[in-house]
This record gives sequence, C-alpha cells and structure tokens, in this order.
Amino acid sequence: MSLSEGQLWLAILALALMTAVTKAIGPALVGGRPLPRWASGVIGAMAPALLAALVVTAVFADGPRLAVDAHTVGVGAATLLLLLRVPLLLAVLAAVVVTAALRALF
Amino acid sequence: MTLLRDPVFRRGLRLGVPFGLVSGALSLSFGVVAVQAGFTPLQAIVTSMLVFAGSAQFAALSILAGGGSFVAALTAASLMHSRFLAMGIALAPSLKGGPARRALEGQAVVDSSWALANRGDGTFDRALMFGTTVPQYVMWTVGTVVGALVGDLLGNPDRFGLDALFPTFFVGILLAELRDSRGRVAAVAGGAIALALVPFTPAGVPVLVAASAALVGLAIPGGRRPDGPGAAGGARAADGEEAA
Repeated sequence: MSLSEGQLWLAILALALMTAVTKAIGPALVGGRPLPRWASGVIGAMAPALLAALVVTAVFADGPRLAVDAHTVGVGAATLLLLLRVPLLLAVLAAVVVTAALRALF
Repeated sequence: MTLLRDPVFRRGLRLGVPFGLVSGALSLSFGVVAVQAGFTPLQAIVTSMLVFAGSAQFAALSILAGGGSFVAALTAASLMHSRFLAMGIALAPSLKGGPARRALEGQAVVDSSWALANRGDGTFDRALMFGTTVPQYVMWTVGTVVGALVGDLLGNPDRFGLDALFPTFFVGILLAELRDSRGRVAAVAGGAIALALVPFTPAGVPVLVAASAALVGLAIPGGRRPDGPGAAGGARAADGEEAA
C-alpha cells in the first residue's frame, strides 16, 4: 500500500461520505410522490436485472478477464441444489465446501 | 419505539439472520485482507462500520492493496456503489417524511434487504427492509472485528471458499424473482449485459449498465403477485434459517 496511516484515514472518510451520499440522493430528491404506472414495472424488474449482473460478475469476472475458477464451480453446484429446493444455508455451505475442496486439490 | 413492536420489522429481523451470517463471513475476510494490506485493525473496523458496503469496500481495498492511488480506489468504489443510486430512486416513494428523513432512512439499504422488501409492484415494505438490515449491520461489524484481530492466523481467506458465499446468496434471492416472465427476461438481459461489458469497462460499470435491463418492465407488465418476490425470497431465507 502506498498510503500513510493518515492518508488512509482520509480515504476511509471519503469512502464513507461517498456511500452515504449515493444512498441519500434518490430518497432525498425523488420521494414523496406516488409512482407513475410505467415506473413501477421498471422498478419491479430492477432486482432481477441487478442480482443477475452481480452474480455473473462475481462468478465469472477475474479483473477484466472472464474466467472459470473454483468458486464458479462451487456456486454452480449450489445453484443446482437451490433449484432442487435445498434450504439456502445448506446450499451456501455446499458452495463453500466445494470451492475450498477444489482449491485444496488443484 | 413503535418499530420494535412492528411484526413486519420483527419478521425482517428473522429473515435477516441468515444474511447476517453471510455478512459476518464476508466481513471477516474483509478484515483479514485489510490488515494484511496495511490497515490498522481499528481502520478496518471503522471502515466497515461507516461504509457498510461490501462491494465498495472490497473494490477500494483491492486497489489500495495493489499499490493503487486514493483516487483510483475511490473511483472504483463509487462505480461499484452506483447501483445504490438506482435502488434509492426506486425506494424513495416508499420511505416516510421529508427529504432529510428519507435520506437517513435510505442509508439502511443493502442489496438483500432491498430485494426482500421489493413487493414487485414498484413499492417497498419499509419496515421489512429495516428489519432485514439490522442483523447484517451487526454481523458486518462483528465479522470485521474478528477478521482484523485474528487475520494473521488465517492466511488467505479465499482458501476457505468464502468468495463463494455472496454469489450463492444472491442466486437464492434471484431464483424467487424468476417466477414471472418479466423477472426472467430482466435477469437474462442483465446478466448478458454485465458479462459482455466485463472485458471492456472498469469494475462496477457492468453491473451499473445492467440495471438498464429493467427497462423490459415497460414492455412486460409484472402485475401484483399475491406472494410477491419479497414473500417468496423470504420463504427461501426462512428455510435456510431453519436449517441453521
């Protein structure tokens, strides 16, 4: 790390300010009015769009490269279990165990 | 405090417990990696308590640990965090009070609480969101404390497969969103946009641009579902809770 301890404190405060302001903008500026009809459809579709994007980037992106890693296999196995209606925490446990086992073996 | 007596808030607290366990494991790995990168334990803990955003913290940390500059770290974290801009706009009409109060209430948003509180008709269950966030904030802090203090003993936390935790939990919430055709189309489009952009854009941009896939909501009405995505996701989370 190229930052001194003091500089790092400043970076931490800047991060905290940035995240707080990002979360505050929408509620402070938009709120209070009922939504127009078209907007509720878009907002309802936002969760699946964002969640799918978060999952695929977490699983397939290694920096700017697309790659398959041990955790890709682990999350894939857990997804199959979830589709078979295995409880979430068991599926998460399976994802972690499969990933750790693959890393230990290869 | 009427909120504490609100049954919806209490249901949120229960729903948030399994997500809190995951938060704890993730923030433990944040604490470990931060201290190894040169944060003091106190700095790692204060970061988690004030920033409380996994993707932004890990984005900044990975750049700082690699010798990157303050500006590069803050930019990457802002991009990773920018999805909360869209989430905050969506959430705004469901919050109470004037702009200052709503801005404060908006701080309680995390990915899972936002998704679980989403009723699928453009409105959010505010009390459920607060409830779901509380165990995650507590465990996010506790995990960081543990990781920052015992980090040197653990070595690289990825060895334990902890990086598989967060995507698996999001798969769990996502599956509940795929019950109607609007959700399926939005998910496929969002995932495809994000993957296509990964090689060409800085981290965070793919997820931000993928939010535009929600425009399918203009063409495909979702309608109000009797057990909207919040309830469905909640059922899954509750299953997991029993298994614990």
